[in-house]
Amino acid sequence: MAAAFVTFDDVSLAYDTSGNAIEDINLSIHEGEFVAFVGPSGCGKSTFMKLCTGLHAPTTGAVRVDGATVAGPLKISGMAFQNANLLPWRTTLDNVLLPLEIVKPYRHQFRKRREEFVGWARKLLKTVGLEGYEDQYPWQLSGGMQQRASICRALIHQPRLLMLDEPFGALDAFTREELWCVLRDLWEAQRFTVVLVTHDLREAAFLADTVYIMSRRPGRVIERREIELSRPRALETTYQKPFIDLVQELRAQIGEVRST
Amino acid sequence: MTKNNPLIERLAPWIAVVALVIIWEVTVRVFDVPSFIFPSAMETARALVTYAGPIAMHSWQTFWTTLIGFGLGVAVGLVLGFIIGSSRFLYNACYPLLVGFNAIPKVAFVPILVVWFGIGSVPAILTAFLICFFPIVVNVATGLATLEPEMEDVLRVLGARRMDVLLKVGLPRSLPYFFASLKVAITLAFVGTVVSETVASNQGIGYLMMSAGSQMRMGLVFAGLLVISAMAMVMYELFAQLEKRMTGWAHRGQNR
Repeated sequence: MAAAFVTFDDVSLAYDTSGNAIEDINLSIHEGEFVAFVGPSGCGKSTFMKLCTGLHAPTTGAVRVDGATVAGPLKISGMAFQNANLLPWRTTLDNVLLPLEIVKPYRHQFRKRREEFVGWARKLLKTVGLEGYEDQYPWQLSGGMQQRASICRALIHQPRLLMLDEPFGALDAFTREELWCVLRDLWEAQRFTVVLVTHDLREAAFLADTVYIMSRRPGRVIERREIELSRPRALETTYQKPFIDLVQELRAQIGEVRST
Repeated sequence: MTKNNPLIERLAPWIAVVALVIIWEVTVRVFDVPSFIFPSAMETARALVTYAGPIAMHSWQTFWTTLIGFGLGVAVGLVLGFIIGSSRFLYNACYPLLVGFNAIPKVAFVPILVVWFGIGSVPAILTAFLICFFPIVVNVATGLATLEPEMEDVLRVLGARRMDVLLKVGLPRSLPYFFASLKVAITLAFVGTVVSETVASNQGIGYLMMSAGSQMRMGLVFAGLLVISAMAMVMYELFAQLEKRMTGWAHRGQNR
């Protein structure tokens, strides 16, 4: 087992005096692991993301990433949200290139190595099926295509940690399944660490190595569940019995959380 | 969809102008209004031709003082808007002050400016500046201050500095606001210049109208009015075109 890449030690966070948003989180994620967080809405999943990337400091406890305590924004992570959040005045290609204009050491090489970077971006866009759309503006793309581009933007600088906050939540079911496979393939190829926050249990079970179930606010981890399904997983598995049973068990646990 | 002929659509503003002139002319004639009260369109046109030389000279004066005042307003408005919009603290601190300042009628500044700078072009430039920088500040500051937090997070997890966020996202995002404000500001700048010229100058359209009015030469006064609005309309259209060209992505709904 690889050494822990992300660890949470007794982490709690209160935004204000109204009580903790999340409470007593203890967990560790090893490098290259794909973890998913599921839970009822308002359970602090997004708060967890902010702690993990250093956008917020914990009120108590400590978050450690790659051996060091997180004190500010991480710089080794990429992030994608439910909204693609692409910049409308940039073409798809330029949107994907944006992180390279900001992350060190690329930002200082951007002018000199631009051709090379454009090559990376085109290749990445091709792997998610956006070849030929590089020079289109985001508003000329469909929602699913925008989300693909958003994932490319989160990955272009080869982050070691990819944070996904309900990235497929706003898409239709077919597009969503398509993008699961895109993400699965990207992950199989590069094996970065992924933290996926989602409402969708099938999504969590299909993609993740480990699923964490969170309670209602204040959010705690109430269950850690390793998904034993063999990899690489085909989309068809999600319609087979072992998978369906697994999702049903998870669903039952979420049901308990909601009723308490 | 009604099938509007594109040519008719293009000509619509001109048709409106012609209609207004006709109504003007007919009204004055029908009610037989004396020309020292309200000159007819014909008389105004005659004044425009007769005094073409002096009108051109005074228009030029008004035009360049307005442009300088407007240029100052854009420069100061941009910088101030950027500073205020980039910090929540400064935004909260300065906004009420700006609103208060904007509520002062700018004509009230003219006597002060005259004491400081004498009569002439300087008070006109400064009045134009004072009246036109406010919408620019407000628009730029608002554009920057209303940045989506998710967008900011996307950049911050990459280790972006505040300045990165402002330059890569804030500024381009506030450009549509900025260009929209330019259209308002340029017309306001003309107001500022002319107001100042009527009170404290011996040049410019404002001065021309004032002195013509005191001699009851209403044709010339109205000719002055027409020239001002023509200049303002041309400049407005110029900035509208500039806006379309620079920030087409923000107006995509209209031409698709």
